Amino acid sequence: MKECYLGVDVGSVSTNIVIIDENNDVIAKKYIRTKGKPIKAIQFGFKEIKEEIGEIEIKGVGTTGSGRYLASILIGADIVKNEITAHAVAALNYVPDVKTILEIGGQDSKIIILRDGIVTDFAMNTVCAAGTGSFLDRQAARLGIDIKEFGELALKSNNPIRIAGRCAVFAESDMIHKQQLGHNQEDIINGLCEALVRNYLSNVGKGKEILAPVVFQGGVAANVGIKRAFEKALDMEVYVPKHYDVMGAIGSAILAREEVKSKEVSKFKGFEVADIDYKVKGFECNDCANMCEVIQILAEDKVIARWGDKCGKWTNLSDINLQRLA
Amino acid sequence: MKITFPHMGNTYIAVKAMLEDLGLEVIVPPKCSKRTLELGTKYSPESICLPLKINIGNYIESIERGADTILITGSCGPCRFGFYSVIEKEILKDLGYDIDIIVFDPPDGNYKELMNSITKAVNTKNPIKILKSFNRGRIILKEVDKLFEFSNKKRAFAVNSYEVDRIMQKFSEDVLKVKGITETKKLIKRTFKELKKIEVDNTKRPLKVGIVGEIYTVIEPYVNLDIERKLGHMGVWVDKFLTPSRWVEHNLTLGHLGLSEERKAWKAAKPYISTLVGGHGRETVGSTIMYAEKGYDGVIQLLPFTCMPEIVAETILKTVGKDYDIPILTLIVDELTGEAGYITRLEAFVDLLKKRREEKKFERVLSRS
Ligand code: SF4
Repeated sequence: MKECYLGVDVGSVSTNIVIIDENNDVIAKKYIRTKGKPIKAIQFGFKEIKEEIGEIEIKGVGTTGSGRYLASILIGADIVKNEITAHAVAALNYVPDVKTILEIGGQDSKIIILRDGIVTDFAMNTVCAAGTGSFLDRQAARLGIDIKEFGELALKSNNPIRIAGRCAVFAESDMIHKQQLGHNQEDIINGLCEALVRNYLSNVGKGKEILAPVVFQGGVAANVGIKRAFEKALDMEVYVPKHYDVMGAIGSAILAREEVKSKEVSKFKGFEVADIDYKVKGFECNDCANMCEVIQILAEDKVIARWGDKCGKWTNLSDINLQRLA
Repeated sequence: MKITFPHMGNTYIAVKAMLEDLGLEVIVPPKCSKRTLELGTKYSPESICLPLKINIGNYIESIERGADTILITGSCGPCRFGFYSVIEKEILKDLGYDIDIIVFDPPDGNYKELMNSITKAVNTKNPIKILKSFNRGRIILKEVDKLFEFSNKKRAFAVNSYEVDRIMQKFSEDVLKVKGITETKKLIKRTFKELKKIEVDNTKRPLKVGIVGEIYTVIEPYVNLDIERKLGHMGVWVDKFLTPSRWVEHNLTLGHLGLSEERKAWKAAKPYISTLVGGHGRETVGSTIMYAEKGYDGVIQLLPFTCMPEIVAETILKTVGKDYDIPILTLIVDELTGEAGYITRLEAFVDLLKKRREEKKFERVLSRS
């Protein structure tokens, strides 16, 4: 039976699941919309992936993304890692000498700086969405264009126009203005791509030394218009890896592979968790002034995990990872 | 008179004990919570920095418990903190609270005015009595800071770091039950003893991280999302440059003799920033350099959203980080700070520091062979 590793990246917009083999090659991947229901998304993905792959042996499991701790409880992870490290590990697997990673997803964007294969600096977007995928989604919807065509259309532009894009709201009104002036759609779309890139570089990438090779990943990397805008702005080639959209999951699978090297067995609970009835219930503890919001996960009405308390009164003490959430 | 004051990390412990010794009835605002922040945000100007919002929340919650007098410190630095006392007075007036506000402005050489405010606050003109309490209060402040420093170290070395939390949580509950300086002192001593009993693993080589930045954000755990604990559980030994006792040391005693840690930070910062930029901007730069020189693995800068002096410092820190080859992470907090993203940044930073250390070790081995 083939020995494989599972990586799960639970984000606010999408939940990604991948399976890699001993050579870190992706043999299955799933990209699912989280829609605010991470547990459902994981279970749905598990069902689909199980039907697809047939008989394999999962030797290790890693989770990442903002829902990484939740996911690790449900599926039994061997390693739980933050998105930055996971993305870096994945990019290093494809471009071993990568020096800069540009990562743009639906709600988040980040930049990771590496030197000699180790992360030396990073930044994430803070309050503004003007440098993320949702900015594009919104403008595409406004223009009545399928987001998938967005990038191709941008490439057709040969008359660059500048759209004020400091903030999504300004960009929108400026875009309408440019439409009224009679600029064609391709040019406007191209202007939006460049506005996003400008935003990203001045918000997230500010003060960072961007050196080649540059890897561009995350959902937005599918957009060839943005890729070109980056290449223009940075004046260097930008590399988009084949599995650009699930790099976090790939990274966590690779990390899981390293993790279980020194261990005998995986903590993986099996794909069967797709059939268990899970519930999440939170409550506010009023036993002291901290007023902690305690979260509990129930499997078939039995509490399997609890966290969020500052005093340790409610936390399952069995799992140290969970306590980090407190 | 029922006296209250805003929360600022552990200062409440010393101030409470001191005022109690002077025979005053003290109302400690409830620990900062979601409610404190909600109240504060509701009644403060939207774009003001976070500390003021929390202050307002503290006052309202204390007034609800019967407080009729507020004690606050002022400032003359060119940052918004200088206006805090004035704005806060206006906000409370607008809300219709009938309350006395006494402001202690840092003396800056002029002790007379400070003395006037103090005599008003403590209802006695006997300077010896006041000085004595003040001194003892200062000692408590120092002891409490030491206790927390010790707990940070313990977390990094403990076999089970959560035992530290249990003891410190108990301490913060008990400290509200004891009265006056003598009892508080005893409690601190007892807590020290408890902490010492925790089993440690001395083979651990924890990462060392210095915390710099705007003082309120650095010392108030509710505002910085308990950064010391979070890092501690990740196996990091945390040191804070600014603590309440160091603030007192600088502003009321040693500072004028040029001996305080802050003065040292000014000196260190000099090549990068030679003048006051308000708040703790200069100290942030200087203390980062001092941590780098002491061989710390990394530095974290904390600031409330829109804090002008710290934004100046942040820009300069980029150069400092390069010159001194030390990783610096800047974390900005406000009422919208999401905890998940915050933890992600901390974890990634700790990963980065770990990898760097491994790499350095590796280099050393190579150069030796
Ligand atoms: S969980 Fe513990 S620390 Fe949190 S409110 Fe309840 S008693 Fe207090």
